[in-house]
Amino acid sequence: MNITEKILARASGKTQVSPGDVVFVNVDKVMVHDVSGPGVLAVFEKLRKKGMVIDKVWDPERVWVAEDHFVPAADKISAQNVVLLTNFTKQFGIKRHFKYGMGQYGICHTLSHEEAMVLPGEVYVGGDSHTNTTGALGAFAAGLGHTDVAYVLLNGKIWFKVPETLFFKINGKLPDHVMAKDLILKIIGDIGTDGAAYKTMQFGGTGISEMSVESRLTLTNMTTEAGAKSGIVEPDLKLREYLAARGVTKYDEVHGDTDAQYEKIYEYEGSEMEPIVAKPFSPENTAVARDLSSVELDKAYIGSCTGAKLEDLQAVAKILKGRTVKIRTEILPAAMSIFRKAMDTGLLKIFMDAGVVVGPPTCGACCGAHMGVLAKDEICISTTNRNFPGRMGHVESQTYLASPLVAAASAVTGKITDPRDLK
Amino acid sequence: MKGSVIKYERDNIDTDVILPGPYLKIHDYAELATHAMEGLDKDFHKRVKPGDFIVAGRNFGCGSSREHAPIALSYSGIKAVLALSFARIFYRNAVDGAFLLPIEIDEGAYKDISDTDLLEVDISTNEIKNLTKNKIYKMKPFPELIGKIIEAGGLFNYKP
Repeated sequence: MNITEKILARASGKTQVSPGDVVFVNVDKVMVHDVSGPGVLAVFEKLRKKGMVIDKVWDPERVWVAEDHFVPAADKISAQNVVLLTNFTKQFGIKRHFKYGMGQYGICHTLSHEEAMVLPGEVYVGGDSHTNTTGALGAFAAGLGHTDVAYVLLNGKIWFKVPETLFFKINGKLPDHVMAKDLILKIIGDIGTDGAAYKTMQFGGTGISEMSVESRLTLTNMTTEAGAKSGIVEPDLKLREYLAARGVTKYDEVHGDTDAQYEKIYEYEGSEMEPIVAKPFSPENTAVARDLSSVELDKAYIGSCTGAKLEDLQAVAKILKGRTVKIRTEILPAAMSIFRKAMDTGLLKIFMDAGVVVGPPTCGACCGAHMGVLAKDEICISTTNRNFPGRMGHVESQTYLASPLVAAASAVTGKITDPRDLK
Repeated sequence: MKGSVIKYERDNIDTDVILPGPYLKIHDYAELATHAMEGLDKDFHKRVKPGDFIVAGRNFGCGSSREHAPIALSYSGIKAVLALSFARIFYRNAVDGAFLLPIEIDEGAYKDISDTDLLEVDISTNEIKNLTKNKIYKMKPFPELIGKIIEAGGLFNYKP
């Protein structure tokens, strides 16, 4: 069995599972945020009206809560949703609630790794499609809707069809001007937005061993854009060090067997990769960044679980140091812990000297919610993960998805720019 | 189930267009319905009638996991979406929450069914009758567990 099959077998109490088997698995961790949390509470209300008594969750220690989509409160309804969440965690005794304005908080997927909320070998589900991100920690991580998360909160388990696994073997390191974002955009361009539908995308090879955990998280994050159920990387020394730095050393790693089966193996040569951009209106609509150098931009957005981790901000700072931006640019670190490190290491000064506005962690304009949404006909280059019509604002705005290096270089020139071409 | 067709001849109809992001903060099902399909078809809520079916291409419901998407369609009156394929989270949200039926059809049926056609869908025989064109198509049968959850009326009513 491969790593995903072994995790699902263990979690369903079976010695063997195969792709296509339907299993009820015991869940180790579950997450809701300020959109899915109130959604789950609406499901609870519906169930109560049918006579169900809901006064406790299966295990409050395994539940954690983030406030990310509409914080700082965008309006009265979103303010009320945060109050609903606060009452929910209080009523059900859920201690791990990362609150806006009270120390560490941020985008749920970023907290999942920054705070080591999920450990290798675990089954983790969240009320958000980018829950796949956390698979880079060697866990099975998949997004679910409100009804399914409500079911998990009450029963501690949920059904999954064991997925087929597509293995992406990356040979050798990526060049300095290329980031994990370029690689995953390249892959999505190759296989399409349903190229991994219902499947797991596993990443391995020397290119992955050489890659930081944060970069791996960018890969697994965007497996969602290929339709995947989950993305995963097997645990290694780099992951152990990453978790140890967060005070976690005890967990039960799972590794694939030597005869593990994969539905298909794709190979990419790291050294051949180059900066890639996804044009409107789909992450699969990819092009080489250099071929888009005539595209004029109105705005650069550096944020989200995909593109505002510490490493992403460091890449942006490398470009912006000593330069100024030519278009409106905002940077929203994905969690307070990252914001603080950016401050402590002087990145914020570089950003502000460049003329950029730095804002608080939030999903913000990535999902068109607030904090910098796009006007009609505005064209934005963004380190986020989706560029569907209206995703970041007006249905006639346009978003180009790019790496933090490309987004920063483009902010400096006002046109889509390969970082190698920056003077 | 009998109803008329609202056809979108396109693939990858994502949940951002089915129910745009700014409305994610809303959890009133009837209010969500007034914004259904707003990112793709501003006239949808004027046009949709109780019992209608949506017909679309492959990967329907891709993108965000928002359960708001099947909820908005369901509370607009949509009983089933007939598509070449579905994105996984939309599919399970539709079934587990008992909002609507995600029915997989083949290329032949997809091409043949026109906007406003009157259909009769029978999931016990896996047959779709096109009453306007006087034709019968086969739908892809539901996998065993999915069929049982649908029969039970959603995941919470299903006893494993």
